[in-house]
Amino acid sequence: MNVIPDWFKSLYEAIGLNFSVFYDPYDWDRYLDGLKMTLILSVTTILLSLIIGAIGALLQTGPSRILRAFINGFVVIFRNTPPLVQIFFFYFGLGTLLPATETASGMREPLLSNTQWAIVSLSLFAAAFNVEIFRSGIEAVPKTTVEAAEALGYTRLKAYFYIILPLALRVCLPALNNNLVNLLKTTTLAYAIAVPETLYQVKQIWSESQNVFEMMVVLLATYGILVGVLVFIMHRWERSLRIPGFGQ
Amino acid sequence: MNLDTGRRDILPVMLPCKVASTWITPRLTPTLGLLLCIGGVLLASSAWAQNGEAVLSPLQVIIKWAPLLLSGFAFNIAISLLAMLIGTLAGVGLGLAMLTQQPILRRIAWAVTQFFRNAPWLVLLFFVMFLVPFQVTIFGMTIPLPDWLKATLGFALPVMANVAEVVRGAVRSVPTTQWEAADSLAFTRRQIMWRIILPQCVKRMLPPWMNIYALVAMATVLASIVGVSEMLTLTAQVHAAEGGRPELFAPLYGFALLCFFLYCYPINLWTARLERRFQIR
Repeated sequence: MNVIPDWFKSLYEAIGLNFSVFYDPYDWDRYLDGLKMTLILSVTTILLSLIIGAIGALLQTGPSRILRAFINGFVVIFRNTPPLVQIFFFYFGLGTLLPATETASGMREPLLSNTQWAIVSLSLFAAAFNVEIFRSGIEAVPKTTVEAAEALGYTRLKAYFYIILPLALRVCLPALNNNLVNLLKTTTLAYAIAVPETLYQVKQIWSESQNVFEMMVVLLATYGILVGVLVFIMHRWERSLRIPGFGQ
Repeated sequence: MNLDTGRRDILPVMLPCKVASTWITPRLTPTLGLLLCIGGVLLASSAWAQNGEAVLSPLQVIIKWAPLLLSGFAFNIAISLLAMLIGTLAGVGLGLAMLTQQPILRRIAWAVTQFFRNAPWLVLLFFVMFLVPFQVTIFGMTIPLPDWLKATLGFALPVMANVAEVVRGAVRSVPTTQWEAADSLAFTRRQIMWRIILPQCVKRMLPPWMNIYALVAMATVLASIVGVSEMLTLTAQVHAAEGGRPELFAPLYGFALLCFFLYCYPINLWTARLERRFQIR
């Protein structure tokens, strides 16, 4: 039962490689908490950024000039500024301007916690890229297909959701894949506003157990596996969405 | 197309054809962005001035500290340029290693590239900051490695991997017939690579290379997390020096956003233009 902890313990005693996460239950719990937080961050930001991206692309190809300018500005600003500064701007700048309530003990309780601000700013950052990706996919949908949909009496919204978006999604999946992997890696920035995700917890562990190198290896392996899982899921999705005769 | 609600029985195709008017796509130019931001700051500061107290308004604070903050920003740019230089040199080597005919070297180069491409930038930065010693001794000479130099190395690693991918992609995009033609002219493999293939690749590599540069320039702020005193660190210090008023956070970080925007957006526009011009059909 205790094969793995015992093995890592003997490894520590034999050659001094201290993988404390694998035998110390306290460290292991912290590591798991961090992993859980990273998963929560990535899943929510991926879903939110996809939704915001799809809506943004709909508005950007739409008839309203003001909305188009607005989306354009959003994309341009979020793409050309560092995500870390965006997080700080949202969390410190906007977070302190929003009204806050007070807890029973008189502590200031902000409207959105640091985790929620991280989710908001990371979603917006990734969404700015998703808008561009979806737009390029929409532009790749043949004009005749859109016209055919119009001739069948589809409204603009319905044509977008039932015909254009499903086709565009297949075109832009490789680029989307890239961006979502990037987003997963960007969730580490939440560390800067003390969101207890993997990097944060691992740093806590290595500063207490004095095993920087070993925890670095664990950290890099963790992100390697997470990215691998995401890429695997996306490839499976890409394959299941494939329509014979469309695309490659 | 709008359906007239009063005439539901008429098919859309039977309605009179409406020519969609063509709008000029609105673009946010850098000057417009600057004006917007300045306007926002002015608005915020005028609201502040109505309090009538003897403290500096956010705009005054920014003007007062702008030289310091801009010097921090210049430091960011210097780090990004140096990281890009090191990363590009190493990346070209790694990219060529991925294209050699020795299978072992190729596999290793591929693994290195994948590893550094898939690790988060911040994690790599921590990796270099904690595991590279603060000084090295070569031939009895002790060379100190200041933290900013280590941070630069930390940024150069992902740049190297990304540049390697760009090089590999560009070389692959040159038609194989060129290799065959050069082969038949009795060029050696090395000569083909350096004198025929790579010169053509430079043009193709330029837009993605500039994209990577914009990413590095934006990533340099990560160095503040590991204690290099660049723009964000200075921003936090300025905020503390002005008494840590919470309403100063937004203008100060907004100023940092503006600096990066004004630096990265022109690069982005230029990249897009080059991409359009070099487009290979």
